Amino acid sequence: MSDVQYQSRRDWLLTDAPQTRRQARLGAIYQGWLTFRANKLAMFGLVILILLIVMAIFAPLLAPYSPFSQDLTNRLQPPGAANWLGTDHLGRDIMSRLIHGSRITLFIVGTVALIAPIIGLFVGTVAGFAGGWVDQVLMRITDIFLAFPKLILALAFVAALGAGIGNAVLALAITAWPPYARLARAETLTIRNADFIAAARLQGAGPMRLLIGHIWPLCISSLIVRVALDMAGIILSAAGLGFLGLGAQPPMPEWGAMISDGRTYILDFWWVAAMPGLAIFIVSLAFNLLGDGLRDVLDPKGAKE
Amino acid sequence: MNKLLNTRAILLASALAIAPAAYAETPADVLVVAHTIDDIISLDPAQSFEFSGNDVSNNTYDRLVDFDPLDLDKGFQPSLAESWEVSEDGLSITFTMREGVTFHSGNPVRAEDAAWSLQRAVKLDKTPAFILTQFGFTADNVEQKITFEGNTLTLTMDKPYAPSFVLNCLTANIASVVDKELVMQHVEGEDMGNTWLSNNDAGSGAYVLASWTPNEAVQLTAYEDYFQGAPAMKRVIVKNVQESSAQRLQLEAGDIDVARNLTPTDVEAVSASEGIKIQDEPRGRILYMGLNQKDEVLSNPAVIEAMKYLVNYQGIADSFLKGQFMVHQSFLPSGYLGALDEMPWTYDVEKAKALIEEAGMSGKTITTKVRDLREYVDVAQALQASMAEAGLTLNIEQMTGAQVLDAYRAREVPIFLGEWGPDYSDPNTNAATFAYNPDNSDEANATGLLAWRNAYAVPQAMGDATVAATLEQDGDTRATMYQDIQRQYQAEAPIVPLFQRIEPTGLREGVENWQSGKTVTSVIYRAVTKGE
Amino acid sequence: MSATDTENDGGRAAGPSPADRRAATRRRLKRIGGVFLSLALTMLGLLLVTFIIGRVMPIDPVLKVVGDRATQAQYDAAYVAMGLDQPLYVQFIRYIGDVLTGDFGRSISTGQLVINDIKRVFPATVELATLGTLIGVLIGVPLGVIAAANRGGWVDQVARVVALIGYSMPIFWLGLMGLLIFYGILGWVGGPGRQDIIYSGMVPTVTGLLMVDSLIAGDWGAFKDAFSHIILPASLLGYFSLAYISRMTRSFMLEQLSAEYITTARVKGLSERGVIWRHAFRNISIPLITVIALSFGSLLEGSVLTEIIFSWPGLGQYVTKALLAGDMNAVLGGTIVIGTCFVGLNLLSDLLYRVLDPRSK
Repeated sequence: MSDVQYQSRRDWLLTDAPQTRRQARLGAIYQGWLTFRANKLAMFGLVILILLIVMAIFAPLLAPYSPFSQDLTNRLQPPGAANWLGTDHLGRDIMSRLIHGSRITLFIVGTVALIAPIIGLFVGTVAGFAGGWVDQVLMRITDIFLAFPKLILALAFVAALGAGIGNAVLALAITAWPPYARLARAETLTIRNADFIAAARLQGAGPMRLLIGHIWPLCISSLIVRVALDMAGIILSAAGLGFLGLGAQPPMPEWGAMISDGRTYILDFWWVAAMPGLAIFIVSLAFNLLGDGLRDVLDPKGAKE
Repeated sequence: MNKLLNTRAILLASALAIAPAAYAETPADVLVVAHTIDDIISLDPAQSFEFSGNDVSNNTYDRLVDFDPLDLDKGFQPSLAESWEVSEDGLSITFTMREGVTFHSGNPVRAEDAAWSLQRAVKLDKTPAFILTQFGFTADNVEQKITFEGNTLTLTMDKPYAPSFVLNCLTANIASVVDKELVMQHVEGEDMGNTWLSNNDAGSGAYVLASWTPNEAVQLTAYEDYFQGAPAMKRVIVKNVQESSAQRLQLEAGDIDVARNLTPTDVEAVSASEGIKIQDEPRGRILYMGLNQKDEVLSNPAVIEAMKYLVNYQGIADSFLKGQFMVHQSFLPSGYLGALDEMPWTYDVEKAKALIEEAGMSGKTITTKVRDLREYVDVAQALQASMAEAGLTLNIEQMTGAQVLDAYRAREVPIFLGEWGPDYSDPNTNAATFAYNPDNSDEANATGLLAWRNAYAVPQAMGDATVAATLEQDGDTRATMYQDIQRQYQAEAPIVPLFQRIEPTGLREGVENWQSGKTVTSVIYRAVTKGE
Repeated sequence: MSATDTENDGGRAAGPSPADRRAATRRRLKRIGGVFLSLALTMLGLLLVTFIIGRVMPIDPVLKVVGDRATQAQYDAAYVAMGLDQPLYVQFIRYIGDVLTGDFGRSISTGQLVINDIKRVFPATVELATLGTLIGVLIGVPLGVIAAANRGGWVDQVARVVALIGYSMPIFWLGLMGLLIFYGILGWVGGPGRQDIIYSGMVPTVTGLLMVDSLIAGDWGAFKDAFSHIILPASLLGYFSLAYISRMTRSFMLEQLSAEYITTARVKGLSERGVIWRHAFRNISIPLITVIALSFGSLLEGSVLTEIIFSWPGLGQYVTKALLAGDMNAVLGGTIVIGTCFVGLNLLSDLLYRVLDPRSK
């Protein structure tokens, strides 16, 4: 017992014989972090995303120019000393627009990544837990949404609700939830009849409590992995909507819309489309690397031999 | 088993038999055109009203009067009608038909066909029918008003319209002469052959419609017995290519002869390439700014004036609209009878700012809808920036063309930025929509009139002048009348013409006599030749 | 399916009475009926949602038909002719009735019968999706297997990076760049569209798949031309399906390689290659087929952005364009095709599971 005081915090976390439940839980998290840290690619992704967040927070300080100020005499300038990444077709500084655009990207990704899994979690666990006709109905609805072509469904919603960043987010969330529902339902089915659920039920826990207190926590880790892997897809879909003019509205510097702006100039002024393209690529790559690393840590099936 | 063997045999045989063929350029008697042609809905000249549909019908059909592809400025010329005569009272025109002309079917072109075609267009009453019905024809009276006798055809109108007005309208596609005998064989119910003609041709034009695949291609073949001589290009293929960059790459590679939708940057780039030339033609479309008079801010006269100073006319025309638009501040496109070249407005933010402040309108916000076309969104963004400098906030919502149009027709677009294209080659086509609005109430529902859509109550005098100009028999006086209307319009109207469309066409070096149709008509292929 | 059934019946052939048999048949029929009923419900729901979206969309289809210059009378005539004056549920029931008799209506943006439009655009998408999936499978599966066999090694790392880059590229950007480089600068491939203009209309349409049709016609030149046009967009799509397929193959293989029977096989002295390909790989074939089917299905939806960039006259572009024009007949027709494909592929992979996987019995 007395040894404990002399242990480093590291040893305390990594001990084979945790003293408390809290120690065990923290230890597991630390163990996961060590695995994650050993994955260089995943760390690279994490660093990029942290940089992105910093960039979004301090955008007005970091951007050399206003993202909106036009200068028609200084349009389509190649990358150089005055404009590091060049200027677009209205003479706006591309770097400043990219920096401010990071806020929009984070907003889209953050919101969709929050809404879609929650809808999916709710629908999936309720379906799996309740079974019977509730399951049937919910899963039919899920199937209907799954059978829709994604981008077309999103397009339809945006067209119906009106173009704009808020509606684009909503549309993406509506197209993104069904796989989460399937996943959550499958997880629920495997644990529904587990002993500890039966035990909790015997103790008098109502269905709501079972759902929220016992089933949701167990579904969350596989959902998180899935979300991390989906983030890149969300960014690309949002960019696709922006590319089709249905996402963020001008003059907002949304990256997909910026590519769309640059599309007409791609053969002669490559940087106008290439810079936002590169930005999208780097960020979604970062999310993919992170998600891949997270899967190794969190997904019990995929990683451990 | 047998089947399998066969397939294998074919595979083998074809692999051995045919040597690789590389086509660096298109064949000498085939003209290949890249264009966006996804707007075609129907090829029936009584219905077709889209740009690309007209491009087809203009070549597969003839009209009583037509333009000369080598000199459009001469105006309408005799075509299927050899000559015409206006009656003493100005109420009727009698045409004498040319002899010996045949349709693609081999049937002779008769006065009866011409009369039936015009009657058919009026009776079908599809969208472009107004071009004919504005002369007083209705489904009920048209058989009495449009008559034939032997090889003459007579139109009897309700008023003594200016002959130039009537004949200009007869150059429009809806006045195309169709092969009555052939169409009668394909009538379904009451449709007068409309369904069949949507996909087939029954004309006498220089080209025969070989095929139309929606969103993909239109193919035409030469009509060897064409009355003005068989065209040099034996096949014309119009391929739907959406992206300007794709059109440019294909033009540079020699896969196509003509690229019709090049953006300014691509035009600039290809004009430097060897073997390619650019032909600029002014087109009839006017890009204008409509200020909705239902809007409390925009109906303020000082704001209307200020807005005219907030467009960076030359800056825009020299930068992102370069080579696509030229500054043009009156509603008749140059090239039309009575067109006005005066440019009273300049870009002056300070002056606009002063006007807005004086009117107490500083700090107001306007939210408008803009069609998601590159050009319009860019103009809107430029306007947004200069309005911000002058103390007004402009919010832009991008939408599809259909959505914006819906809202515009419901008078719900505060600042409209878009184009208006003339319907026929007479000044009345624009005057009657920009400067004519007899009833400005919501109930009038005059959705066809631009003035109504912007809730602009056109002054009585101006409206009357517009009507009077259609009846003026003397051409020169008529031109002066239109110029006077436009000057007054520039001074007070809340609808502000900004630019006129220029169409740059990318052509392979050898292509000669390409004619996009300028301001007055559609593309004409029959004069095109390809040298070395 | 039939193999499983005979086996089942064979097992019980010793003494089931005719009544038992009838009951079993009835049960099976009922199950099949249930599957079809739920399929029909899914399709109906799909159509209903599409229908409602079409009606709440602020796009006026009548205007698309009659054009901006139409008079009110012309507008009203078209409005009635399109049946829009009827209540929504009447329109829906009418539409379903028409569909059941094979009438999909007329598209307002092309003026053609929807069924003819789909016959034209769907093969273009199928051709592209098939070649794309083929590329994805031929490269992705070996890559995934090798990566799993050398877990943590450089092949694994390279495969991971290749796949993740595939996941992360905005396809419209990559497409534009590819067109610029391989067509514009190098001239290695054909340009946008399905074939050179010189070949258009030269090969009679049999299947609608240009490469197949040109082979049937024995026109080698047309085949080469069609191939040169399809290879770039198909490679792009193939890259994306490669990314997905190789990652999934890798994780399936890892699961198998850690299983006990593999260790046993190794102990028995089987060569490593034999262990991987003959044992582990054979066992992942079932889930792999599902993955491939799903990836194929997602390409069949028509990759809208790729089709737009390559002027590829496929289903995705057709439906998108129709949607933005308020052309609901075309959208509904497209939705039926896409929904059927999705449902069909799901059903197929379910069946394969049942037939091939011994555990699911």
